[in-house]
Amino acid sequence: MGQITLNQITKSFGDVQVIPPLDLQIDDGEFVVFVGPSGCGKSTLLRLIAGLEDVSSGDINIDGRNATEVPPAKRGLAMVFQSYALYPHMSVRKNIAFPLRMAGIDKAAQDAKVAAAAKVLNLTDYLDRRPGQLSGGQRQRVAIGRAIVREPAAFLFDEPLSNLDAALRVNMRLEISELHQSLKTTMIYVTHDQVEAMTMADKIVVLHAGRIEQVGSPLELYHTPRNKFVAGFIGSPKMNFLSGRFATEFDAATIGVRPEHLTVSHSDGKWVGKVAVSEHLGSDTFLYVDMDGVDEPVTVRSTGEIGFRHGDTVHLTPTADKIHRFDNQDLRIA
Amino acid sequence: MATQHSRAAARLMISPAVLLLLGWMIIPLSMTLYFSFLRYNLLIPGMEEWTGWTNYEFFLTDPAFFAALTNTLLLVGGVLLITIIGGVLLALLLDQPFWGQGIVRILVIAPFFVMPTVSALVWKNMFMNPVNGLFAYFAKFLGLQPFDFLSHAPLFSIILIVAWQWLPFATLILLTALQSLDSEQLEAAEMDGANFLNRFVFIMVPHLARSITVVILIQTIFLLSVFAEILVTTNGGPGYASTNLTYLIYAQSLLQFDVGGGSAGGVVAIILANIVAIFLMRMIGKNLEA
Repeated sequence: MGQITLNQITKSFGDVQVIPPLDLQIDDGEFVVFVGPSGCGKSTLLRLIAGLEDVSSGDINIDGRNATEVPPAKRGLAMVFQSYALYPHMSVRKNIAFPLRMAGIDKAAQDAKVAAAAKVLNLTDYLDRRPGQLSGGQRQRVAIGRAIVREPAAFLFDEPLSNLDAALRVNMRLEISELHQSLKTTMIYVTHDQVEAMTMADKIVVLHAGRIEQVGSPLELYHTPRNKFVAGFIGSPKMNFLSGRFATEFDAATIGVRPEHLTVSHSDGKWVGKVAVSEHLGSDTFLYVDMDGVDEPVTVRSTGEIGFRHGDTVHLTPTADKIHRFDNQDLRIA
Repeated sequence: MATQHSRAAARLMISPAVLLLLGWMIIPLSMTLYFSFLRYNLLIPGMEEWTGWTNYEFFLTDPAFFAALTNTLLLVGGVLLITIIGGVLLALLLDQPFWGQGIVRILVIAPFFVMPTVSALVWKNMFMNPVNGLFAYFAKFLGLQPFDFLSHAPLFSIILIVAWQWLPFATLILLTALQSLDSEQLEAAEMDGANFLNRFVFIMVPHLARSITVVILIQTIFLLSVFAEILVTTNGGPGYASTNLTYLIYAQSLLQFDVGGGSAGGVVAIILANIVAIFLMRMIGKNLEA
């Protein structure tokens, strides 16, 4: 079980309200990702759920029980911190066993659970080492192990991969997804990286200045962003926004076109521009095209290798049914 | 082109400093050693003669020596106990956010700036004096007989005075150590179900171990040679009740004018200090390894 309901919760630090009234429903077994730019309140929201911060008003329900006033340890949630927060003077075994020891479980049961968790996480050979003797990925796994042995109602991850190098991050992303498949426990995952959000989530919650901008599955957010902020945040490289004469043609204040929905041509197309930079990644080529009447260069993604260079004149054509239209309130026009 | 030549030049250039430091240490040490084998009394100058181990025999069989040795160990141990426990508790308290934190922290550190003679005299005359002292007033206010600290519990009183001086030092070091503890570790422990006592025992104390070691080592060095506090309060008395090794050596050389006996005591003190140092390093030295 791991159903969490947030009901009109707010959080203020002094006079500053970082989370305006907010409702959210997280179902049992879901992998929910909170994503947003730094300072959007996503970590605060996670800490409110964990109980490490007190809500200023509103209720938190966990499995139908009001948990607003329940201390963190009694909420049945386990958290993995950004810095891993391993206990440096204890061996890996003792780190993983710590929550069990605090719960007063007998030694034999502790050993069995630690051994089981270590097996799942490939830590069996490292149980007698100290955290300082482990690599970043291994420390990450120890932190997850310490969370698993508690058999929590839900796991909370606070930007767990941001201290790892790029290759390891992809690995750990897969491992966490696999863990979710096998445990089927609710997971709440905070990140600023929209790639992590898109690849791991069942449900993404996009936050901006403490407000929920949109909740939905990754593809829902990709195909039908509710407003300009979500449209710009989800998708990589980010969506191009065009206003003025480009937008009036479509009866909108702003239109958005994703880089992958633009086709380039030497000879003819809807819009004309000059190539500023072209990035060749092998599988893809990204062109940054300067156009008259557009402040930022328009990004175009083409597959394979195409022979455009700096200064070349190109013609761009958007795919007709992939144009997102926004009104002057930055909201999506259906 | 570095290496050989520059190394030789470096040795040549630091050698005056090394020689000076060596002389600074060797000359007094060898003079002490030399005097300790002489019959050397300031009242009969010019009559020094070689006596072999006699000075050592007298010093080591003197009942005052054992009293002083016990007092020294009690003094060091007592002050360490009070300052470490008190320091940890004060550091925990000062680590909490509260109004006027900066001023309180400065006030806490203040006793460390008061020189030993002054603080000992303040304690002697303004607190512990059985007639005019603050403690006597309290006792009388409560209808009790005032307690004459310095004559009835002389060693305990000195331990109290010295501990008061060293408490800020321990507090300061332990407070900075506590502040360097990663708050996420404490939060993780809280999520893991550890209450405050458990967090203190399993997370904070291990984190503080290294700083506690440093405090013990530094304080021991200074506490073995406590002198001014004894000189201005009890003069080592009554009897030998508050005489430590340092004070005994002083009394031997400058009150009894027996330079030879005092020097022998000094050599014994050096040996004992080294024994204490070896024990300390054995017991707690591993905490200093990374």
